[in-house]
Amino acid sequence: MRTRLSTRVRPCVVALSTLMVATFVAGCGQSGGSSGGSSADDSKTLVVATHDSWAMSGDVLAAFRKKTGITVKVQPQGDAGQLTNKLVLTKDSPLADGVYGIDNTFASRAVDEGVLSPYATTALPRSAAAFRLQGDGADQLTPVDYSDVCVNVDDTWFAAKGIPAPRTLDDLTKPAYKGLFVTPGATTSSPGLAFLLATIAAKGDGWRDYWTRLMANGTKITSGWSDAYEVDFTAGGGKGDRPAVTSYSSSPPFTIPEGKTQPTTHALLDTCFRQVEYAGVLKGSKNPTGMQEFIDFMLGRQFQAALPDNMYVYPVDTSVRLPESWAKFAKASPKPYSVAPSEVTRNRTEWLREWRDITSQ
Amino acid sequence: MKGLEVGDLTVQFGSTVAVDHVDLEVPAGSVVAVLGPSGCGKSTLLRAVAGLEVPASGSVAYDGHSLAGVPTHKRGFALMFQDGQLFEHLDVGANIAYPLRLRHRSRAVQGQRVAELLDLVGLQGYGDRTPATLSGGERQRVALARALAVDPRLLLLDEPLSALDRGLRERLAGDLHDILRRAGATAMLVTHDHEEAFAVADRMAVMRDGRIVQGGTLDEVWRRPADGWTARFLGYATVLSGEGARRLRQLAAPSATWESVALRRSALRVDAAGPLTARVQEARVTPDQIRVQLDVDGAGSLPAVADPGTDVRVGASVRVSIDTSRIAPVPVER
Amino acid sequence: MTSLRSRAGTAALAAVPLLALAVFFLYPVGGMLARGFWPEGSFAPGRVLEVLARPRVHRVLWFTLWSAAAATAVAIVTGVPVAFALHRLRFPGRDLVRALVVVPFVLPTVVVGVAFRQLIAPSGPLGRLGLDGTATAIVAALVFFNVSVVVRTVGSFWEAIDPRREEAAAALGASPAQVFRTVTLPALLPGIVSAASVVFLFCATSFGVVLTMGGLRYANVETEIYLLTTQELDLTGAAALSVLQVLVISALLALSARVRRSVVPVDRTTKRVPRPRRAHLPVLAWTAAVVVFLMAPLASLVVASLRRGESWGLQNYRALGTTGERNALLVPATQGLANSLQVALVASLLALSLGAAVAFLVSRPGGGRPTAVLDGLFMLPLGVSAVTVGFGFLITLDRPPLDLRTSPMLIPIAQAMVALPLVVRTVGPVLRSVDDRQRQAASSLGAGPLRVLLTVDLPVAWRSLLAAAGFAFAVSLGEFGATSFLARDDRPTLPVVIYRLIGHPGAENFGMAMAASVVLAATTAAVMFAVQRLRVGSMGAF
Repeated sequence: MRTRLSTRVRPCVVALSTLMVATFVAGCGQSGGSSGGSSADDSKTLVVATHDSWAMSGDVLAAFRKKTGITVKVQPQGDAGQLTNKLVLTKDSPLADGVYGIDNTFASRAVDEGVLSPYATTALPRSAAAFRLQGDGADQLTPVDYSDVCVNVDDTWFAAKGIPAPRTLDDLTKPAYKGLFVTPGATTSSPGLAFLLATIAAKGDGWRDYWTRLMANGTKITSGWSDAYEVDFTAGGGKGDRPAVTSYSSSPPFTIPEGKTQPTTHALLDTCFRQVEYAGVLKGSKNPTGMQEFIDFMLGRQFQAALPDNMYVYPVDTSVRLPESWAKFAKASPKPYSVAPSEVTRNRTEWLREWRDITSQ
Repeated sequence: MKGLEVGDLTVQFGSTVAVDHVDLEVPAGSVVAVLGPSGCGKSTLLRAVAGLEVPASGSVAYDGHSLAGVPTHKRGFALMFQDGQLFEHLDVGANIAYPLRLRHRSRAVQGQRVAELLDLVGLQGYGDRTPATLSGGERQRVALARALAVDPRLLLLDEPLSALDRGLRERLAGDLHDILRRAGATAMLVTHDHEEAFAVADRMAVMRDGRIVQGGTLDEVWRRPADGWTARFLGYATVLSGEGARRLRQLAAPSATWESVALRRSALRVDAAGPLTARVQEARVTPDQIRVQLDVDGAGSLPAVADPGTDVRVGASVRVSIDTSRIAPVPVER
Repeated sequence: MTSLRSRAGTAALAAVPLLALAVFFLYPVGGMLARGFWPEGSFAPGRVLEVLARPRVHRVLWFTLWSAAAATAVAIVTGVPVAFALHRLRFPGRDLVRALVVVPFVLPTVVVGVAFRQLIAPSGPLGRLGLDGTATAIVAALVFFNVSVVVRTVGSFWEAIDPRREEAAAALGASPAQVFRTVTLPALLPGIVSAASVVFLFCATSFGVVLTMGGLRYANVETEIYLLTTQELDLTGAAALSVLQVLVISALLALSARVRRSVVPVDRTTKRVPRPRRAHLPVLAWTAAVVVFLMAPLASLVVASLRRGESWGLQNYRALGTTGERNALLVPATQGLANSLQVALVASLLALSLGAAVAFLVSRPGGGRPTAVLDGLFMLPLGVSAVTVGFGFLITLDRPPLDLRTSPMLIPIAQAMVALPLVVRTVGPVLRSVDDRQRQAASSLGAGPLRVLLTVDLPVAWRSLLAAAGFAFAVSLGEFGATSFLARDDRPTLPVVIYRLIGHPGAENFGMAMAASVVLAATTAAVMFAVQRLRVGSMGAF
C-alpha cells in the first residue's frame, strides 16, 4: 500500500518543510558557541541574573569585556520579586555568579535568606552613600541606580477639561478626581507595590483607610504597569480614559509628541516612592572576583551615564550628567517616601493580604 | 386514493443535472422500483421525494397535495437506507419505537407495536439487543420495522438490500415483498439490482442519466425493453440486430416485425431438434446446466445453455432451439 | 497475540516519552511540592492542610470553579453551532475561517490581553458595555481562547456522523430540533464532554486572562499559586493549591477518558457535505458573529499597529528591525521572530517525536486501562501551573547530568511538554482508525514490525503527523506561560519581545509591540492555514 501525496497537499508540505529546514539552518548558524553556563573558563565569563527591565546597551558591556576580558551573560529572571525568590529557591546551586536588580522592597529577603556574599566595594561614589542599605545587608548589596515611582498626570486632558491636575496623594481621593486614577496592583507589579509603600510611608497605619477612600473614589487596579499605562492612561499607547496613573518620574519625556519639545504629562513629585536597585555577588558564585569587578564597573561613569537612556533610571552617582530631556522633564523627587527594607520584608505578606482585602470584592 | 405523483421534476447540483424532467407515479398500495445504474440520479430522485433535496423545477405531490415547501419530517413518509442507519445509542426496541415516541404514543402502545413489528420482520425477542450486535440482515429488518412503525403514507427504500450478501439478499427480497404486501404499504424502491426490483416491486421505472427511460408494470418493462441498454440492464444477456436478428426472427417469429432483439442466456438451448445450427466455442459446467458460447450460423457468437450431460465439446457442431418467451424485441439502436 | 519481543519493543518505545515526562515535568513539579511539604526540611503536612482552611483559599477555589464552569458552558454553546457550520457545510472561504478560529488558541495572552482590554476599556469601542475588570470580561476572554477547542473537537465528531442517519430520523417524522436532540446530540456527546473537560482544564488553569481581565479583583487557583510563589514565597500555600489542582484535573481527565472509551475512531472517508440552505441562515449568522468576536481583538491590534501617536502608516512595521525607542529591546524584534521560529522548530520536532511514540502506544488495540492512564498522564502538563513547572525546573535541573537551567534547550523542552498532549490527541485517533487486520495482513505477507509501521501506519498517519507538527509549531510560537517563568537569555522569543515592548513607555514601543503582535498572529495563522490544508479531522481536537 502506497499513498501518494495529493497535488492539493504537496505545496503545503513543501512550504512547511522549507520553513522548518530554513529555520533549522538559520538556528545552526547562529546558536553555535552560545551555550549557557560558565563551565569552559569560569574566570572569563560572568553570568548575571537580572530583572526583565535589563536593557543595557551592548557597547557598554563590550567596554567591560575590553577592560577585563570577561564576557557578561545576562539572564533576565522576571520582575524584582521573581528574581529574588528564584535566587532564594536556588541558593544551594546558584543560577548565576551575581545579581543586579534586587530593589529595596526585596533586599531584606535576599539578605535574610543568605543568598549573597559580602563585597565592600571601594568604587562607590560619595553621592551614592545615601542609597546604601542600612543594617545587616549593607555589605552584601551595592546600590547602582534608583528610580522614583510617582503618580503621572495627563496635562493635556486636565487642560481640556478645565480642571486643575491633582498634586498630592490626598487629592486622588477627592470627588473632583473620581474615577480618574489607575494603578497597577501591589501584588502583581513592582511599581504597584512601590505606590502602596508610598502610601504606607505617607499615612502610617492610616494607609488602610486611605486605600478604602481611594477605592471608593473609583480607582482602577490593573495587573501590570503596561495595562495601566498603555490601556487605561489617556496619554498611553491605547488612549484610555484615566488621566492619572502610577508610573515613574522618568516617564514624562516619552510623551513628547513628534516634532514638539514639551511632554504632555508630568509626574507628581509629592507622591513618589524611591526604588533603589542593588547589585551583589551570589554565594556559591563560580566567578566572585569577576562579579566584584562588574559591580565596580557598574559604579563607573560609563555605566552610570548610560543608565537613564537605556534603563530609565537615575544613576547613584549624582555627579553624572543627566540627558537634557531628563534634566528638564524627568526630575527625581526632592522628598520621596521610603520604608525601611527590613520593615518591608517583615510586613510584606500581611500588608499585601490586607491590601488585597481592601481592593477586591 | 392517489399516491405519489412526481411531475417534470429536475434537481441540479451546480451545473450538473442529477434528475432531468422526471415524471413518476406511485399509486397508493403499490410498490414501485426505480432501477438504474449508480450515478443515474435515482437516489437523488428519492431524496427529492423525501424532501432532502430541493428541486430546481417540477412538482412532488402526494394524494393530490403538493409537497413543495413541506419539510421532510412533515411529509409522513419513512426512509430506509442501504445500511439501515440504526441509532447506535438506542437498542433495537427503542429504534423501532423512535417514530412512535416522536408522536407521543403511550408506552403500552409502543411496546405492543414494537412486538408486532419484530414479529412482522421475524426478529421476535430482539428488542433489548443493541444494533452493534446485529448481523447485516438483522439490521435491515430492524430498519424496515422502524420505517413501518407509524404506517407511513409512503415508504422510501434506498437500495435496502444491496449491502447484503447474495443468498441473504434473495431471501430478504422475498420477505420484503411479503412484509410490504402484508402491511399494505405504498413504497418507492431505488436499486441498481434488477433481481431486487423484480422480487420486491410491482411496477418499475428504469432510469438513466437523470431521465426515466421506461416505466410500467414489471411485465411490460420486461417484455418490451425501451432499448438495448435497458434490455442489458434488465438482465438480458445480449442484444442482436442486423442480419443476425433478421435470421433469428425468420426462425423464431416469422410474423413479427422487429429488427433488433434482446436475448436471455436461456433463450437459446442446445437441442438436437432445434432449427439452428452452431459450433461450440466455449463450455462451462454449472450445477444446473452447461453454459456455452456458440457461433450460431448466420447470427454470430451468442450465449446459450445446454442440459447437463449434453456433448458440447469445443468445436463440436450442435443444433439449437429458441424459446421465444425469453427474447424481447427492442427498437433498433441508432 | 503479543509476543515477548514486541512487548519489549513497546516498553522501550514507552520508556523514552515517559522518561522525558518524568524528568521534565514530574520531577520539577515534585521538587516544588516537596519544598512546600517539607518547609524547613521536616515533613509538615499539617501546614498544608491549614492552608486549605484559609477563607481566601475557599474564595479562590470557588471563583476558579465557577468561572471555569461558566466559560466552559458558554464556549460549548458558542462553539457547537460553529462546529456545525465549519464541518457540516461547504462554502467558499470555509478553510480560511477554520484556520482563523484556531488562531486565538495559539496566541499568547500578553498579546491578546492588551488587545482585548483596548476593546472593552471604557474608552474602547465596547466600553459602553461596562465589562472592563468584571468577571464577565474574564469569562468572555476565556471563551475567546478556548472556543476553537470546542469547534475542532465537536466538529471532528460531527464529521464522523453519517448525515443519512439524521435524514432517516427526519423522514420518520422528527423535526430538525428533534433530530438534533435524539440523534445528533447523543452522537456528539462524547465529543462535547471531551471538549468540555479540556476547556474546563484550560480555564481553571488560566493565568494571564484572569490577571489582565480581572484587574486583580479576582483570583483563581493558578494566579494564587503565582502570587504565593513569586511574591510571597509561600511555598507551602502554593504546594497545597498545586496538589488540589492536580487532584481536580486528574479526576477530570479520568472522567473524560471514560467517555472517550466509547468513542468511535475517526472516520477517514471524506463525505460530500452540502452547501448551506436558507434553513442554515441562523447557524451561519451565529458563526459569522463568533468569527467577528474572535477577530475583533485581532482587528484592534491591526488598527493599533498602524498608528503611532496621531499619525498612521507602516512605520511600526519598519521599526521592527530596530531595538525600539531608547533601546527598549536587547535585540531587534525581527531577531525575536527568528529566535521564535528556531525555538518553535526544535520544540515541535521534540513534541512530534515524543508525541508520536505516545500516540502509537495509546492507539494499540486492546490497550485498555494502561493506555488510558498513559494518555491521561501526558495530558497533565496542560493542567499544572506553569509557575510551578518553571520554578521547579530551576530548583531540580541544576546539577549534572541535568544541568539544563542555562541550556538553550530548556525553553524548547518546556514548550514541547506543553505541545505534547496536542500531538498525542491529533495523531492518536488517526492511528487508532487503522484496522489492526491490515497490520496482521502485512505481517503475514512477511513485513517485520518496523516495516508494518512504515507501510501500514505511516501512509495513514503522515498527514496527521505533519499537521501535529505544524500545530505544535504554532503553539510553540505563541507560548508564553512556561517560557516566561524560565530564564530568558539573550535570544528572546517574539512573545517575550512583545512583552518587553509593552512594558516600556513610548508611542514607538507600543506601536512596535502591536506590529510585532500582528506579525506573530499572522505567522501563526499562516501555519494553521497550511496545516488546515492537510485536512486532519483530529487536529486541534481533544
